[in-house]
Order: sequence, then C-alpha cells, then structure tokens
Amino acid sequence: MTAPALARPGFVERAAGVSDSARWLGRLMLAPAVLYIALVVAVPFLMAIGYSFSNVTIGTSTPRFVGLENFRNALQDPAFLKALGNTAIFSLVSQTLVIVLASILAIALQRRFRGKWLVRLLILLPWVAPISLGSIGWLWIFDPVYSVINWTLRHVGILGPDSWPIWLGQPNLAMASIIGVHVWRTMPLATIISLGGLSSIPQDIHDAAEVDGAGFFRHLFVITLPLVLPILLVAVLFGLVFSVTDMIVVYVLTRGGPFDSTQVLASLAFFKSIDGGDLSGGAAVALFLLPVLAVCAVLLLRLARRAEVV
Amino acid sequence: MATVETRALRKEFTGHTAVDGVDLTINEGEFLVLLGPSGCGKTTLLRMIAGLESQTSGDILIGGRVVNDLPPRARKIAMVFQSYALYPHLSVAKNIAFPLKAQGAPRESIAGEVDRAAKMFGIERLLHRKPRQLSGGERQRVALARAMVRHPDVFLLDEPLSNLDAKLRNLARDELKQFQRRLGTTTLYVTHDQVEAMGLGDRIAVMSGGTVRQLGRPQEVYDEPADTFVAGFLGSPPMNLVPVDGVLVGFRPEQLLAPGAPASEGVGPAVPMRFAVERVENLGAGRLLYGTLPDHAPDQKIIVSLAYTVHSSIEAGRTYDFRMHESNLKFFDPGTGRRVPARPLPARRSA
Amino acid sequence: MADPKKIAGGVVNFGVIAAFTGFAAFPFAWMVITMFKQTKDLLDPAHNPFVYNAPPTLEHLRVLFQDTLFLHWVGNTLFVGVLVVLITLVLAVPAGYSLARLTGPAGEKLGIGIFLTYLVPPTILFIPLSRLVALLGLQDRLWALVLVYPSFTVPFCTWLLMGFFKVIPKDVEEAAMIDGHSRLGAFVRVILPMSVAGLLTTIIFSFTLVMQEFVYGLTFITSSKNLTLSVGVPTFLVRGDVYFWGSLMGACFLSSVPIAILYNLFVDRFIAGFTVGAVKG
Repeated sequence: MTAPALARPGFVERAAGVSDSARWLGRLMLAPAVLYIALVVAVPFLMAIGYSFSNVTIGTSTPRFVGLENFRNALQDPAFLKALGNTAIFSLVSQTLVIVLASILAIALQRRFRGKWLVRLLILLPWVAPISLGSIGWLWIFDPVYSVINWTLRHVGILGPDSWPIWLGQPNLAMASIIGVHVWRTMPLATIISLGGLSSIPQDIHDAAEVDGAGFFRHLFVITLPLVLPILLVAVLFGLVFSVTDMIVVYVLTRGGPFDSTQVLASLAFFKSIDGGDLSGGAAVALFLLPVLAVCAVLLLRLARRAEVV
Repeated sequence: MATVETRALRKEFTGHTAVDGVDLTINEGEFLVLLGPSGCGKTTLLRMIAGLESQTSGDILIGGRVVNDLPPRARKIAMVFQSYALYPHLSVAKNIAFPLKAQGAPRESIAGEVDRAAKMFGIERLLHRKPRQLSGGERQRVALARAMVRHPDVFLLDEPLSNLDAKLRNLARDELKQFQRRLGTTTLYVTHDQVEAMGLGDRIAVMSGGTVRQLGRPQEVYDEPADTFVAGFLGSPPMNLVPVDGVLVGFRPEQLLAPGAPASEGVGPAVPMRFAVERVENLGAGRLLYGTLPDHAPDQKIIVSLAYTVHSSIEAGRTYDFRMHESNLKFFDPGTGRRVPARPLPARRSA
Repeated sequence: MADPKKIAGGVVNFGVIAAFTGFAAFPFAWMVITMFKQTKDLLDPAHNPFVYNAPPTLEHLRVLFQDTLFLHWVGNTLFVGVLVVLITLVLAVPAGYSLARLTGPAGEKLGIGIFLTYLVPPTILFIPLSRLVALLGLQDRLWALVLVYPSFTVPFCTWLLMGFFKVIPKDVEEAAMIDGHSRLGAFVRVILPMSVAGLLTTIIFSFTLVMQEFVYGLTFITSSKNLTLSVGVPTFLVRGDVYFWGSLMGACFLSSVPIAILYNLFVDRFIAGFTVGAVKG
C-alpha cells in the first residue's frame, strides 16, 4: 500500500529554518519588545539620571556636569523637604487605610449575594475611571461654596452655623482630602487582589477551623489573614508604587497648595521641570522616588519567589 | 511505511541523562511498544524520533534517511498524544483536516479524506462538534483519525489509552490493533502499562534508566527476561526472585503448581517444592497465596497465583507440597541483575 | 435558620458592603445628579443639592457636545487608543509567547525584568521623554503619545500574555508542528486562535491604560485641540475662574463609565496578571 501524494511536492524537503528553532525564534519574537522598552524606558531612565547630575534646562543646548549639586540644592530647599515629608505621610497613611479597609471589604464580599456583579462594578469604578476625571468629581464635592459634604453635615447638625470647612483650602484638611481621594482610588485594586487571595484558600481549611471550634475573630486572625498575607502584601506594594509616584490627584485638586502643604515629590518634579523649566532640578527630585521603588520591586520579587517555592 | 532506526541515541538534560545510547530498529509495518516505568526515557525517545526534542548525540533514521535535523513536520510522521491534543477551537472535521491543510493538500481531496478517516473510526456524526463536546473515547478516535488521515510513514503513540476508563480501554486496545494491522503502518507505541504492551506489540522494548533492557516478542520478554528489572516489571504480580546459594532464582507466580493442579506438557518433569502459606487472598477470578519456600529461602516472601480452575483447598498457616517445572526457573546474577545459564536448583533442607 | 448571631452577621456584612459601595460610587452618582441640573439650581447654597429644585435640563450636555472640544477629545483618545493597542499587540504578543515557551529560564528572568519596567513611573521618565519628543519634532502632536504610551502597555501586557500562553497545553502546539507547521506556524494557526480571550483582555487593558494616562499628555501636548479626554477635561474645561460644573460632570461621567463597564468583564484576568507568582492555582 503506497500513500497517495497528498503533500505539495517539495514540502517535506523543506529543512529546519528560523521558524523551527525555538532558540532563534524566541529571540526574534522578543527582540522588538525589548528594543522598544530599551528605547522608551531604559534610555530615558538613564537620561533622567544624567540630567540630575547636570544643569540642563529647557533652554540649554550644552549641559554641564555639576555633580551632586542638584541633589544638594534639593535637600536645602524647604519646598523639597516639605514635599518629601508630604509624600511619606500621604503614601503611608493612605496605604495603611487601604490595607485595613480593603481587607474588611474583601471579607464582606466573600459571601454570595444577589447583585454581586453590580456591587463589584461599582466598587471598581474609582480604579478604572481615569483618575484625572474622578478627581474632578471630588473637586466639585469639595467645592468651597457648594460642597455637598458641608451641606449634609450642617443639615444633620454636625456642623454649627459658624463652621464651614474649606476642604482644599486649609493645609491639614487639604492633606486629608488628598489622602481620602487616594484611598478611594486605590482601594478597589487591593480589594480585588485580596478577594482573589481569599478565594484561593481551600474550603477544607475553613471547614477544619470550623470543626476545631474557631470563632469568627479567631478564624479571621489565625487562619484567614495569615494565609492571605502574601497576596495582601502584593496589593500593598503595588498601591505604594502607585501612590508614591502619583501626581494627578494633587495636580487636579490643589496644585500642591495651599502653601505647598499638599506638594508631593511627583508633583514638585513636574512643576519644577515643566512649569519652571529646570529639567535637571526636576529630574533630581523625581529620582528621590527611586529608592522606594527599588525596595518595592525587590520585595515583590521576593514574594513571588517565595510563593513559588512553597 | 518505513523503518525507524536509532543509533547510539542520547539525550542529556541538565543534570541527568534521559536516554543513554539507544540502538533500536523498528521494522516496516511493525508495531513496537516501548514499555517502562515513568522516567525511564521512553517518552523522551519517542519525542526525539518525532523531532520535538533534539538529540544530544546519535542518529535517527526514518525510511533509511537520516532525519536528525529535520523539523517534525518534515519527518512524515503522525503522533497521538496522551492528552490527544485536539485543537479546541476547531470542529472535529477541521481537526482531522488540519494536517492535510497544513501540508497544502488540494482542497478537493481534503473533504474526501476526512470522510474516509471519519468513517474508519465511526465518528461521522461527530464531525461538526467541538472537542469539548466529546467523550474521552470519542476524542481518542478523533485523534487517531487526525493522525492517519495523511498517510504517515510512521505512527507515534504516547500512552493514547491512559485517559480512558478501564472498560473502554480494552475495547480501544483491540480496535487500535486492528487499525494498525489494516493500515500496516510502522508504529511506535509508548506505555507504562504491561497489559497494553503484551496485547498490542509485535515486539516490546523494555526501557529503564535511559537504556533498552530487552527487546523481543511479548511472550519472549515475559518468559525469558534478560535481567531482574524486566523480570520484575512484567507480570502481575511480578516474577518471584529468590536468593539461593549466591544466585537469584526467578519464577512466575503462576508457575508454582498447587497439589492437584495439572502439570504443563512438554516442559520437562516437575520437581517437588514445599510452600508455607501465610495468607490467602481470594480475588474471585483466582487466588493469590503469600508465603515462603522453607526448603530454599525461608526468609524470602513469595507470591503464588492460582487460577480459577485450580480447586485445591489451601489454608493459611500450613505447608503444602507444590511442584515446579525446572525449565521454568530463571537464574540471575545478584550483582548485575543479568541472566546467567540455568543450573540445577540446589535444595537446602534446613529442617 | 433563625440563628440571631447569623442574622446579625448578615446585617453587618450588608452594612459594610453598602457603605463601601456608596463611598466608591458616590462621586459618579454625584456627577449624574449634577450634569442634569440647571445652573441656577446648582449654584444656590440654600438649595438641597440632592434633589432637583428646578426641572432637569440637557443644556449642559448640549454645551459639552456643541460648544466645547469634548467630541474632538473623544476622537483624539480613540485615535491614540487604537494605535497604541495595535502597537502593544504587535510587540507584546510575540514577546509574551517567546517568554512563555521559547526562551527557557533566561526568559523567565527577562520577563521579570520587563515587568519591573512597568514600575518605573512617568514621574521619572517624563522629563527626558519630553526632550526626546522635542528632538523628534513631535511636541504638541498626538503621535508623541502614540510613541510613548506603549512604554507602559507593553511591559504589562507582555506579562499578562505570558501568563495566558503558559497555561495552553504544550501538546497542542506540538501536535500542530507534527501535523505540518513550523513552530511559528503552530503559534499563528493554533495558539493565537486559542488565545482570543487573552488578546481581548490585552486590548481592553491597553485601552484603559491609555484612557487613564495624564502626565505625558499634560507634558507633551499644549494646544487644546490635541488633548485626550483625561487631560482635556480637567484642564481646558476648568479654565478661568468659571467652572461649568454641569458640563464638566457630564464629561467626567461619560468618559469614565463606559470603559469601566467593559473593563469589569475582564477584571479577573487582569488581577491574575498582577499576582502571577504570588498565588498558586
């Protein structure tokens, strides 16, 4: 029995080429993305470092190496120190709130109930909607004259007739408002990530705890939270990265004011370099974010590795 | 149709050698089974022949042609995977047509070939379905149809029955053998299941540790194992291996004859052998006896299997006079595990 | 059934969910209420802001669509979004497959490296990038955004797609290679058609990320007609001291809610991308 000639002549003789070699094909398929990322992320990243050691401004054509001068200037600039402190307060407070609130919400959302999809959609809205637009919504809610918060507080009797907080106009209130908006914005991500972690705990473990007689709080603190901890940390680290580097909320709500009381590193870098034209000074300010990011990255990698070994 | 040959074929992964110099020839139209435990290198060997894994050294020849550097598609082979690897986004008909289209077969001929293959495997009514709508047995048939549709020189089958339930597996085994007979295509079949190997193979290559321990017809491999590994791997329960005076004496559990059981013919006289029964397992279709040979190796547990047709009453805790054809005894070197020439069984009366 | 402890737990649970949902959704609800309110109703401190003291109006939306650049910005956003999505697919799909299947352990490290670039924020990159954009003569042009936006979509989507490709059984592509395709052919003919869900997810997320971007848009684009929604609405609709709150809220609501609904359909896969490696199974 001979096989009928089904194949095109010459087909079988075609030897192995690049399209067959895992090694070469792999490199070829990866190259464009790596090249692009090198050009648009790695090169500018190195340029940013270069700028921070030079005196480049929007006008200069021949930058000069100035060593650590930009960093020294920054550290002597009260506005910078204020922004550094604000960034720390703003990101630490907001992320602490996010962890606590997101855990509570995730645990509440674990139950099945009707309309869960709608609740999930609504809770995710702040994360998905462009934050610049969401912040505009808050700008209107915090309006000095027509703030719906103030109106409500007065009409339920919490605010007396003489008090009328200007949310974005008084330094402490402004910081609190910025933190509040940031919590609003990053909580959905942390909630959904935690929810994923919760649902990946095998039901057996919950059942075993139940059989062993653990009450709600013992169950929560001894079983559930420790098991969700690694994934909760992932959520926190991402939240930290997003909040430390974010300038949008500040830009839209307060422009860093009043009196730089809400200025953060990211927004300061923007105002210095783009509005002020001091590219090198701005780059130096932005680079102060780098240690935080590096620590977050290392921790993320550690977490990922540990989870894989377990 | 073609022969398949490997010459000193080796595959090293970082840290270990998966296939360690295999010389194997599969004859034209032959059904050869690669049998071995998991991790013995049988699947790696198959994948190298398929071209899915590149060899570290050695040659692979299909139809007398060296195919070392040819990609899988150029080797004129077809393969059935353990998972069947059906294309989940394509209908059954398109799955079967896939290899033909990939080879650029003329459009007019494709439909006819697909129908022919479908008819052969009795899956005509499934042609419009998607793989996820099929049962395990149906998927297996589709995978076979897809493999044979373009008339490959060689079939490579990687445990194609292991995902079927036990009842279906016997049926599928029978069908598979019939198709292979009818098509006469050279076939290499990988399995860890000795029943499949015995039932399907024209010859069996038993593999362990990356090498072929024995190559032969099923009965040959069963009756005349080349070493203790083969002796222990084939048969259920496996061959008893009893150390007696510096050699390992092997015999099959069914070869120790109970009192009253008929002796086999043409294998020489049966000598008496006392068997102390410690436990009896009734399996319905027969009985398994656990115990020792007090005259030869009082410390070595052995298993004896009694057929359904043997009605002798056997009780635990007693010693009986069994018999054994001396020609059934195989002798192995306890150091190397290899077979050594037969010798008279030294009886060692301890009591 | 009527265990009082259980019922109390349920009530607390419901309360928690209701409170958080209210917190999350309130600004959007507020946008909807505001966008239909007459200005004189909005700007009267004595009026209850939760109810319509004057009949609702579509005037703000008319102004938004007819008298502002809103629709222009929608067009710009779509233009940039579609192009960035295409670039992202072209770069990230092969890269994700390569990292998942072809490059072995070295690729795993490289994949992590690529993902880490996602953590490098625009805040650090926008200064040198503005220089680069000027050098290329792309200031104030949408092409500047098309060029730069993939810098955050590609790393994330490569990572996401790598996860998708990893879970496709290897057998299937090997079968395609035996059935007559090269490795590349198997990828194109079998893996890609099997990955429709992954590709769709990539498209939605790239587009969402483009919609959310603010810093580069603010830095590279100067003229109002070249802006995208996320920058145009908060900067050019708020110019001067007069806030057109009705139109502004309408713009915010209409630009954020549709994409959010689309996104919601794919969010689980997206979260999987964030937590690859940190959760098993």
